[in-house]
Amino acid sequence: MIVNWFRYASPVSFYPLAGRLARGFGALAAVFAAIGLWIGLVAAPTDATQGDAYRIIFIHVPTAWMAMIVYVAMAFWSAVALGLNARLSAMMAQALAPTGALMAALALWSGAFWGRPTWGTYWAWDARMTSTLILLFLYLGVIALRQAIDEPRRADRACAVLALVGVVNVPIIYFSVRWWNTLHQGSSISLTAAPKMAMIMLAGLLVMTAAAWCYCIAASLTRVRAIIVERERGSGWVASLIGIGTSP
Amino acid sequence: MTSFFEMGGYAWYVWMAYGAVAAAVVAETFALRRRGRRALATARMVREAGGDADMHAIDSGGAR
Repeated sequence: MIVNWFRYASPVSFYPLAGRLARGFGALAAVFAAIGLWIGLVAAPTDATQGDAYRIIFIHVPTAWMAMIVYVAMAFWSAVALGLNARLSAMMAQALAPTGALMAALALWSGAFWGRPTWGTYWAWDARMTSTLILLFLYLGVIALRQAIDEPRRADRACAVLALVGVVNVPIIYFSVRWWNTLHQGSSISLTAAPKMAMIMLAGLLVMTAAAWCYCIAASLTRVRAIIVERERGSGWVASLIGIGTSP
Repeated sequence: MTSFFEMGGYAWYVWMAYGAVAAAVVAETFALRRRGRRALATARMVREAGGDADMHAIDSGGAR
């Protein structure tokens, strides 16, 4: 079967597709979260050195990963929007920012409540923590910049430039634990080495990461649907969507 | 069951972290649902008011 993907570059055909996808990913997120929480809070044993405080890993690491991944996705759609002058891509970038900001805030918050019992402090100006805080500020900057510009297409371009400039921060976060030897520990999981944790803990972490992926996809697609209606309400197809004939 | 909620003495830290995520997910889900509904309602109002010329008057009433 040949699918004409460009068909979905138009808000008219993307709107219903996004709705179906959002429901599917939302349901998947709920299933993964239920399994992941059961593994993380019940099935996985208490850690030998950290006690039960280590269980914060099951939300801290997935939210921190998603904060970075959502930013890269936002920068990607911003680049497409700038390069191809594509309206829907800009809306997608716009839809990703609040969920990304939320993930960054949750990573910082859960990290603080993990740092206190294990490191003795809620916050330190450690390289990874500071660069993640900058990530949160970049998200908030993109959101604020859009609010400050009345004309949506101008806002698209300005936000796209800011998102693309800020993407340099993502590798800084990722490699911060290698480049600077400060408080935050190194990665427990990498593609090149065996994971430094028990199988059941790794399983819980991966299932919770799947839940976080699905949740972010569902939230962003739900938001982009609202954005499409907000921005395209002058068009005929939105009129038929809300059950009103196209005005002359 | 109580020992589950006590989290080996780390209840404050564990539940503050998990609670924030739960609250955030619930809040965002409701906010998104409301935003979608408002976007459609505003689009309907704009249509019935005769198009986007009157849009700004309606805009200031909400739909963020």
